[in-house]
Amino acid sequence: MTMTWAGRAGDRRSDLTVAARDAGVVWLGLFTIGIGFGVLVTSHGLPWWLAPTISALVFAGSVEFLLIGLLAAAAPIASIALLTFMINSRHLFYGLSFPLHRVRGRARQAYSVFALTDEAYALATSRDAGTLTSGRLLWTQFGLHASWVTGALAGQSLLSGVKGLGFVLTALFLVLAIDGYRARPDRATLTLAVVAGLGAHLLAPGSMLLVAMAVFAATLVVRSKARGRRRPEPDGADGA
Amino acid sequence: MPEPVYIAVALATAIAITVTLRAAPFVMKSRLKESELLADVGRWMPLGAVVILAIYALAGIKVSGPGHGVAEIAGVVVTVAVHWWRGNTVLSIVAGTAVCLLLANGVIPA
Repeated sequence: MTMTWAGRAGDRRSDLTVAARDAGVVWLGLFTIGIGFGVLVTSHGLPWWLAPTISALVFAGSVEFLLIGLLAAAAPIASIALLTFMINSRHLFYGLSFPLHRVRGRARQAYSVFALTDEAYALATSRDAGTLTSGRLLWTQFGLHASWVTGALAGQSLLSGVKGLGFVLTALFLVLAIDGYRARPDRATLTLAVVAGLGAHLLAPGSMLLVAMAVFAATLVVRSKARGRRRPEPDGADGA
Repeated sequence: MPEPVYIAVALATAIAITVTLRAAPFVMKSRLKESELLADVGRWMPLGAVVILAIYALAGIKVSGPGHGVAEIAGVVVTVAVHWWRGNTVLSIVAGTAVCLLLANGVIPA
């Protein structure tokens, strides 16, 4: 994959071309995962238009997959809110380094923030911000959005009889977990999450996700407080 | 099918929270950098959340049903192996899912 955003400034067509060359594989990946999402929605007995609608409006992959199970089970709104907050709390930190100042115009900036997914953040921050143009950023994000929605639509018509497409989600979480640990090999966090996850699976299988997330969040608060008491010493050793 | 009003409220809730989380750091950049608890949440939550989600997905594999989850388990092995080998997210997901689909739909006998 090329890492350069080289091209003539102000050239709209080259903005789209460069974005496609740079992010095309990821667009294709989102399209594929979108198909899995579309199939999941109909297999839960929900109406066909819900998949593209959710993908267009919520545009947050992992939350959408979980939302389907919760919607089909008519889960309380409070648990939907809690789960959305916990899973998407990572977005709180994307904004600190996302090059939004490169995007020109209020409406475009608003769209850029709305469409600030994991993929958009990863693509934008792995590039040299000095060569990123407004058009390339927006095309990259719009391409992700469009692939995701069309994938969800395609999942209804083409492949609704195919078994096992929900596995896309399992594969996605496995890969994200491996990447997350590689980026920050934090044994304490890994251990706490595994204990919370397995414990909740054994003790509360019906609401495993919610119990595991809540227990993990609680340990996180305690850990942060414990660290805070020791904080007077400079803790620059912790790679933040 | 659940009530349309319930679906609308549920979606509006998910959208509002997601957009707020995405927009918040731009609105309060300096304060966010100073909050120790929020900094710790940002440091530990991402890994913890995906690990719990991975366990949740793995726990959903039905070992006692027809097929005994062979297709999914093969998919897990291929996904992890390919990711260890190449480190390419899309490749790993496509390879693992392809193996799972071929086995689950009887293209390759399990």
